[in-house]
Amino acid sequence: MLNIMEVHETNQMIEQEKLDVRTITMGINLMDCARADVDETCEAIYAKITHYAKDLVSTGESIERDFGIPIVNKRITVTPIALVGASCCKTSGDFVKIAHALDRAAKTVGVDLIGGYSALVSKSMTPAEELLIRSLPAALSETDIVCSSVNVGSTKTGIDMNAVEMLGHIIKEIAEATADIDSYGCVKFVAFCNAPDDNPFMAGGFHGVTEGDAVINVGVSGPGVVSRALDAAEGKDFEFLCETIKRTAFKITRVGQLVAQEASKRLGLPFGIIDLSLAPTPAVGDSVGEVLEKMGLTQVGGPGTTAALAMLNDQVKKGGIMASSYVGGLSGAFIPVSEDKNMIDAAESGCLTIEKLEAMTCVCSVGLDMIAIPGDTPASTISGIIADESAIGMVNQKTTAVRIIPVVGKTVGQMANFGGLMGYAPIMPVNTASCEAFVTRGGRIPAPIHSFKN
Amino acid sequence: MNKAIITVVGQDTVGIIARVCTYLSEHHTNVLDISQTIIDGFFNMMMIVDYSDADVAFETIVEDLEALGEDIGVRIRCQREEIFTKMHRV
Repeated sequence: MLNIMEVHETNQMIEQEKLDVRTITMGINLMDCARADVDETCEAIYAKITHYAKDLVSTGESIERDFGIPIVNKRITVTPIALVGASCCKTSGDFVKIAHALDRAAKTVGVDLIGGYSALVSKSMTPAEELLIRSLPAALSETDIVCSSVNVGSTKTGIDMNAVEMLGHIIKEIAEATADIDSYGCVKFVAFCNAPDDNPFMAGGFHGVTEGDAVINVGVSGPGVVSRALDAAEGKDFEFLCETIKRTAFKITRVGQLVAQEASKRLGLPFGIIDLSLAPTPAVGDSVGEVLEKMGLTQVGGPGTTAALAMLNDQVKKGGIMASSYVGGLSGAFIPVSEDKNMIDAAESGCLTIEKLEAMTCVCSVGLDMIAIPGDTPASTISGIIADESAIGMVNQKTTAVRIIPVVGKTVGQMANFGGLMGYAPIMPVNTASCEAFVTRGGRIPAPIHSFKN
Repeated sequence: MNKAIITVVGQDTVGIIARVCTYLSEHHTNVLDISQTIIDGFFNMMMIVDYSDADVAFETIVEDLEALGEDIGVRIRCQREEIFTKMHRV
């Protein structure tokens, strides 16, 4: 039978160490909503989402109450809209109509975010995919909670440099279109390499074409819990450190598994995956940067950071995998600068640079995430940054991503504010050596030699 | 059997267990086990209860006990047992 210390430990994690389930995300297939007419497509999309997800928020809240565990976000992912709208969208404006339908549906059911206004162009773009990408500045500035992603490369296909080059300009346009709110539109957009089909996190979540009609995916959190556990590991060797992280990750993930199974049962939908990610928030004590510093770094970003992060990421997976029947999504430590107090401090002090962050993305789950850069950064430089990240993902057979915000009217030394979970970030300096002649060559970077395994 | 864990944390005072148990018995919730200890200087009490035959919804018990705690001046939580067993038992 349970003892009082175990019960106390769990409640301490929840109340003082900010253990939460970051998101219950319902993936919904929209392929059957494609019609010949865009307005009819919008209606079908609205009807399907509001039908399938009508009980998502109330179910999440009732699970919160029953188990006493906060579930921070309830979200929806849908089939990449470039596929759904391919037959009916003749202009970018048509795609924007679908973005509005998604926004309306998501607000009707009361979720926090909806993802999947996406295009998968890892080899090259169809006309519809190009239209969707061109619609992003309008779609992301006119809607509130629609998130978008574009997969520009994969280990199997190489990198579509035409899309990468175009995205540099598009990201600048999104920033301009939302200039009055610190270019917030860019917070809702991410460029991927090797994007997973079952990611419950935003902005990059979409319901992949390999998925069933609807599914429940859950993203866990808990850097605060790992950080507190590491207090006991001070001065101890790596074996002790790793065991501590692994044990903690196991416990965190078991909570996610419980919530996922319960949500799946109550909503009558299959359970997809648990995403084992340590997702920070800007709150003090809920920071991946703090975990790295507790391992012995003076400040995140200094020498030793990449090794510490690699170890953390690996131990989180090793502990989490046994705790869950299905693991997927991004699964690893997140390093979003604006959403992590200690990263914000390190970026502000100059200890954490974009180049170091790039190195860190080689060993953790995502990529250059929530990084504010000067508004006058050239489009080609943004494309170069996306190309670099994509190359890391492509060669290392892992997911990488870029969510970068060229904050219009701001420059190094100033701060951008995105609010809530999205946090705030100092504008970080970008290397100004031009790569324009490289990114504008046209065509694609071929798949690497080790992708030919057949 | 549907088990839940009730925890009470705060300043020790006369009648906490009595009042919680009175509420539970009024709503046909059976107490299976009680233990208590002092952690970090605070009174900690844990009850394992079976709410299979409760005459109100589980979430009502959660809310009522929370309100009762506020009345007494302690923190009372009632959570389904699985969150603890899943975390601490392989």
